[in-house]
Amino acid sequence: MQEPARSFGVTLTVNGQQHRLEVDARTTLLDALRDRLHLTGTKKGCGLGQCGACTVLLDGRRIVSCLTLAAMSQGKEITTIEGLADGDRLHPVQAAFVEHDAFQCGYCTPGQIMSAVGLIREGHARSEDEIRELMSGNICRCGAYTNIVAAIRQAAIQGG
Amino acid sequence: MQPFAYAAAPDVATVATRAMRGAEFIAGGTDMLQLLQEGVRRPEEITDINGLPLSSVEEEPDGAIRLGTLARLQEVADHATVRQRFAVVAEALEATASPMVRHMATVGGNLLQRTRCLYFRDVTTPCNKREPGSGCSAWDGQNRINAILGGSEACIAVHPSDLPVALIAVDAEVLIRHADGAEHWVPIEDFHRRPGDTPHIETVLRQGDLILAIRIPAHAAGRRSHYVKVRDRASFAWALASAAVALRTDETGTVVEARVAAGGVATKPWRLPQVEQALLGRRLDAAIAAQAAARATEGAAPRHGNAFKVPLLRHTVERALLELGGFA
Repeated sequence: MQEPARSFGVTLTVNGQQHRLEVDARTTLLDALRDRLHLTGTKKGCGLGQCGACTVLLDGRRIVSCLTLAAMSQGKEITTIEGLADGDRLHPVQAAFVEHDAFQCGYCTPGQIMSAVGLIREGHARSEDEIRELMSGNICRCGAYTNIVAAIRQAAIQGG
Repeated sequence: MQPFAYAAAPDVATVATRAMRGAEFIAGGTDMLQLLQEGVRRPEEITDINGLPLSSVEEEPDGAIRLGTLARLQEVADHATVRQRFAVVAEALEATASPMVRHMATVGGNLLQRTRCLYFRDVTTPCNKREPGSGCSAWDGQNRINAILGGSEACIAVHPSDLPVALIAVDAEVLIRHADGAEHWVPIEDFHRRPGDTPHIETVLRQGDLILAIRIPAHAAGRRSHYVKVRDRASFAWALASAAVALRTDETGTVVEARVAAGGVATKPWRLPQVEQALLGRRLDAAIAAQAAARATEGAAPRHGNAFKVPLLRHTVERALLELGGFA
């Protein structure tokens, strides 16, 4: 049994690759991804679960990586924006965001795309109203929502 | 964040041992991480309880539903039996937070979510709930989101969760394991406490206690039920007012069982027995809904910033009844 400690080794499985690292107990999954594994596609916005910029998939389900500890994410499959494309071939949701110009500054975009991938897997992107409601955890300060909804609708119809 | 020691707990006995020496629990983490980040909680030790076998949603032989304390909100909201028999619970969960948070947060943790009162979350201000005896900043401060029911001069902080409000409408019970291994069931209505002069004590839980499960009894499936949540924006916000209603009617349409509860307006998930009384023995129509809903705010004690919640709560209860009855 592991005894409580302020720092320890953890193993994280990110985009199919295992990483072993020493962390302070306070390290969030978000900070481990960005600062330790240098996977900076996942963005840090509010750090309090309110903006969705840090959305990743954990065992296929979308979560906000700022509200969980790296230590709690062991033994799970973590997928970040870096893990979506197949080589140079964009994931259908990424391609739809490009096609629909579904961003302006781009800071929220990785979180929007990861959330949209999760949403389509949940089988609930059947109407624009449903997309708006179920993407409400992802804030876009530039207000690109109209095109984000259109991109997700297209990707969902095409089987995302 | 203040440094803390962390370890996952392999079993409930270890959880209890660690809790007795002061360790706090982490499950979904969605509220705990915010409290840690903002310095509202500064535990020396955190015990991760996610490895315990308490995450299943099970149908019991008699038709009751048992939610393991670690069941995720979205999983319960998606559960076919919950949706079919206890609609109010599924609707309350779907109106909770965002999809990402619902994939992380647990039902047990949701009962223990801390208030969104501005001053509880701001460690630079006095707050009796966070720092007993320091005073209530909301009483004469920014209290737009605070409680109109169940408060005291020490605290008018709202309990922010939707799930326990819905659970009142289905007579749910909470299974608690004490540090000595004994277990007992508590009706959800008795689980949370009013603040009185000890607002830092929010539930009947004692040190070393762990929530194991929530049970929704089969008989509640005999009621039609519905949840209405009113927020500052259409989605991903806490309730300004919410209403959970559950009614059983006989073959003539007369109400023979009623449960009505409110959220967003009270210091704990708030049952409204006077509204229930006004519905019993009547056939629901628009006039009866309005009459019953008018009684929702009996005893309300608004402050300067939240007086709008008095008519808002009445209208929210009325709307829930009208929608349930098919009149709106």
